[in-house]
Amino acid sequence: MPRLKLFLPLAAFVLLSLLLFRGLSLDPTSLPSALVGKPLPDFELEELHSGKNLSRQDIIGKPMLVNIWATWCYSCRVEHPYLLELAAQGVRIIGLNYKDDGVKAIAWLKDLGDPYALTLADSEGMLGLDMGVYGAPETYVVDANGVVQFRHVGVVDAQVWQSLLAEWFPEFQSKGVAQ
Amino acid sequence: MIGLCMTVMTAQAVIETYEFSDADLERRYHRLSDELRCPKCQNQTISDSNAPIAKDLRFLLHEQLESGASDDEILSFMVARYGEFVRYRPGLDSNTALLWYGPLLLTLVTLFALALHLRSRKSVVAPVEPTEEEREALRARLAGSGGEQKVRS
Repeated sequence: MPRLKLFLPLAAFVLLSLLLFRGLSLDPTSLPSALVGKPLPDFELEELHSGKNLSRQDIIGKPMLVNIWATWCYSCRVEHPYLLELAAQGVRIIGLNYKDDGVKAIAWLKDLGDPYALTLADSEGMLGLDMGVYGAPETYVVDANGVVQFRHVGVVDAQVWQSLLAEWFPEFQSKGVAQ
Repeated sequence: MIGLCMTVMTAQAVIETYEFSDADLERRYHRLSDELRCPKCQNQTISDSNAPIAKDLRFLLHEQLESGASDDEILSFMVARYGEFVRYRPGLDSNTALLWYGPLLLTLVTLFALALHLRSRKSVVAPVEPTEEEREALRARLAGSGGEQKVRS
């Protein structure tokens, strides 16, 4: 027994090392969304291009991605070409233009292409706030009933689509999207 | 003193100022904005941070306070949007149980280990005096083989 006691510091060290080692592979910026499993919040926002007032009822009904983007967000430019590819495959993407200037946003979509079936202009960021958005880009998977199933923070690319998002869109999964 | 320092820091960090209809609301505003965590800049409270999201949350906090919401209502409003993460004092559930009870647990474990240690020290009996034969044998060895002893030691 006294012999075993000598190994206690070693055991404590190993345990602590394992704990800290695991900490190295955790990403502290990935937060669980409080919205997962809950319906998309209600809203009343203008459509970016038409200026038409839209509410929650007008956009739900089909599985879709809700992509939070802004012209001030550099990573949004990075993921933009991939969103165009997804849209070309037929994935329904709703844009949420977050705390942005409408004129700049329209010019941006004109220059780079528009992957969005609809773009909601959330210039005050109030829908963003109701959704728990804390930066851009963020992408939400919303099912046909308007319930949020998943949230991805950061750039959407082929790998993110394949590993995290595609499972919610079985009709596009098999086709795969070119890298 | 620490409270004073924090108030000064807060006053420097925040750009916008809000008018409160009641001094009590202002006190609650400061208390809550020091408890709510900025989702973007994770190690700051919303009163510390200049991130746009922190500014929005301060705006909402002020609005809700003025509209008469209770502290609980405000906190659950924030938690519904940003999760328990947004509170520096999260509620007690299965995820945060270790956080709340961990220090108590560690203290108990330490006290237990200390008690064990002290008890085992008490139970050590006083050194036994060598018997006369043993003394004899020792003396014989010391006298008889001094050189060998040195080598051994």
